[in-house]
Amino acid sequence: MSVIRRRLRTVAVAALAAGVALGSTACSKSNDNEGSTGEGGEVKLVLQTFQNFGYDQALKDFEAANPTIKVEHQKMGELRDFQPKLVQWLAAGSGAGDVVGLEEGVLLQYVQNHDKFANLLELGADELKTTFPEWKWNNALTPDGKKLIGLGTDVGGLAMCYRKDLFGAAGLPTDREEVSKRIGTWQDYIALGKEFKASGKAKAAWLDSGTSLMQPYIMQNSETFFFDKDNKFIGDTNPVIKQTWDMGLQMAADGLTAKAQRWSGDWDAAFKNNAFATLPCPAWMTEGVIKPRSGPANAGKWDIAKIPGGGGNWGGSYLAVPAQTKHPKEAYLLAKYLTSKAGHLAAFKEAGAMPSDIAGIEDPAFKDQKSEYFSGAPTGQIFGESVKNMKPVFLGPKHQQVWETIVEPQMQAAERGQLSSAAAWKKAMDEAKKATS
Amino acid sequence: MSSAVGAAPPRHAATPSPSDPVHRRRSYRLGRWDIKYSPYLYVAPFFVLFGIFGLFPVLYTVWVSLFEYDLLSDTKEFVGMENYRVVLGDAQFWNAAYNTVGMFVVSTVPQLIVALMIANLLNRQMRARTLLRMGIVIPNITSVAAVGIIFALIFADRYGLVNWVLGTVGIDPIAWRDNRYASWFAIATMVDWRWTGYNALIYLGAMQAIPKDLYESAALDGASTWRQFWKITVPLIRPTILFTIIISTIGGLQLFTEPLMYGYGLIRGGASNEFQTLAMYIYERTFTGNFEYGSGAAMSWLLFLMIIVFALINFALVRRSVKGEKK
Repeated sequence: MSVIRRRLRTVAVAALAAGVALGSTACSKSNDNEGSTGEGGEVKLVLQTFQNFGYDQALKDFEAANPTIKVEHQKMGELRDFQPKLVQWLAAGSGAGDVVGLEEGVLLQYVQNHDKFANLLELGADELKTTFPEWKWNNALTPDGKKLIGLGTDVGGLAMCYRKDLFGAAGLPTDREEVSKRIGTWQDYIALGKEFKASGKAKAAWLDSGTSLMQPYIMQNSETFFFDKDNKFIGDTNPVIKQTWDMGLQMAADGLTAKAQRWSGDWDAAFKNNAFATLPCPAWMTEGVIKPRSGPANAGKWDIAKIPGGGGNWGGSYLAVPAQTKHPKEAYLLAKYLTSKAGHLAAFKEAGAMPSDIAGIEDPAFKDQKSEYFSGAPTGQIFGESVKNMKPVFLGPKHQQVWETIVEPQMQAAERGQLSSAAAWKKAMDEAKKATS
Repeated sequence: MSSAVGAAPPRHAATPSPSDPVHRRRSYRLGRWDIKYSPYLYVAPFFVLFGIFGLFPVLYTVWVSLFEYDLLSDTKEFVGMENYRVVLGDAQFWNAAYNTVGMFVVSTVPQLIVALMIANLLNRQMRARTLLRMGIVIPNITSVAAVGIIFALIFADRYGLVNWVLGTVGIDPIAWRDNRYASWFAIATMVDWRWTGYNALIYLGAMQAIPKDLYESAALDGASTWRQFWKITVPLIRPTILFTIIISTIGGLQLFTEPLMYGYGLIRGGASNEFQTLAMYIYERTFTGNFEYGSGAAMSWLLFLMIIVFALINFALVRRSVKGEKK
């Protein structure tokens, strides 16, 4: 027995020795990294965004104006890749950037758990209040109005992107004014789609997927989406949701949709293969999504008309400063610059992200903007008009989850004929209730 | 002339005086310690690292699984076995378990059989042998994510290569993501593409150790190569087969990246979770949406137990047949 004990002791000593050795190297490493303030008082900030915020030029300008601050821009892929990582970093207390992008659909979840974020009001954000539309500002505010966790970046003004060449082939008008007139309401839009199909001359579907109608239609016709203002799930009782569900699936049944699952490889290929003629497009989708997917071969074949049913908003993001940052002041400066008029306009130019600050929307650089790729469409004017009269829609903390992982996939399954519409609807609502209970 | 031979100096003059007993005892003790303890020191780094990165997380997972733990708001509430009760009553958990085991069987069985065949072929005399032997592991060194993206495109529903080929011979396109078994097949292809060569190389290594004269005498007795393969090669490399089965069990039950990439990065694995594995479901519950850390931990622990059970079953099966062979 004593032999065993002695052996155990030896093992313990050896383990301890190795542990100390490892531990000491780990310590010295973290000491080196502590405080990223380098020579000359230079501060290094990490900015984390998803998709394409269009900040390349804006960051150059910011660094030029603030020579003591260096910004490392980490582009984190799609929102669904970035979001779980951010939550882990926030929970772990390290790893999150000094400034991070938050999407509208997940923002309220963070507002509910706001202690992970710095209070921008304390950092001086009060001065910016009048520069944003009221709803955009209020969205990032805690219910008691004492803490602001984010500054608005873009808004997603709505329009209808369409393929001029396919319209022409089917004998439909190609001029954007004319098209806008022909698709004044969603019923008109569907009727034109039937005309498009009946011509038999264009080898394309009318719309990429029935699910594309949901966002714009609900945003136009309801003040709430899946949740009421007490965060109770109302997806099954909000009549507007079932309306667009049926409308989209009816279009699919009529053979008007390409049944391409959005954000999939097939969807990307559908752009290149000219598989559909129209796509409701928020501002950020034009240069940031459609252009790279359609590729240079389709330049000048797209154009932009007004969205059926008037204006509306789809998406839009915020910049927040996690509480774990070591440089809250500099981080606030960065967020403030990127959400200022200059930052907004640069992002619009680069990624089509539409300014959410009032001065930006009014600025000629935005108003007179035309998109070369979209046949010279006056994007500034079209998108600007679409958000002018928009009413804010309440999304709720789990909006993005319910939309992206539950309702949209079920509707797509119904569209492809895997489930009946009724079965898919029931499944979606049951799952959404389970996820939000 | 001859005197030089005997002119060597006395031997003890060159060595240091052994008259220092303390020094001698110390070096003796050091040597003894060296022999007794340094092996422990040499292996210690593994056990320390394993303790930190292996054992601790496993135990901590058990601890976390007893709490209602919300990652985003940091609230923790002790709930005992409640998470396990909820998970075991969750249809989606069992669906994921079914998919995981199903895909494991669909991918592993053909994979190991094909690997065995390939190894047997490569064990012969042929030209460019080394090149071919190294070639079969090439798929294994490509990134999983890249493989996932490429195969997701190959098996795409509308513009995929496979459906295009099927179309050219007049077969209706297959809905690769809407049909449970079609999706299993596609994912199994992906897994096999990466791992068959790896297992073949391990088998080949084992086959090299089999004495050649066994085959020679078998050939003299008139045994066909096929018979030699089943009667000599396979029995003699059984321990290696056992090893690959257990490694594949561990890897197969943790399948994550391939089905995730196959489903275009969507964690739910198909509209009705047709190909969602346990690892994916754990990730879904823990890191997307509700951030239920506790139930994620409970599921991880259940998966851990499942892997151990499967590995033990395989171990028992193969070991028994090895024993039977010796008699």
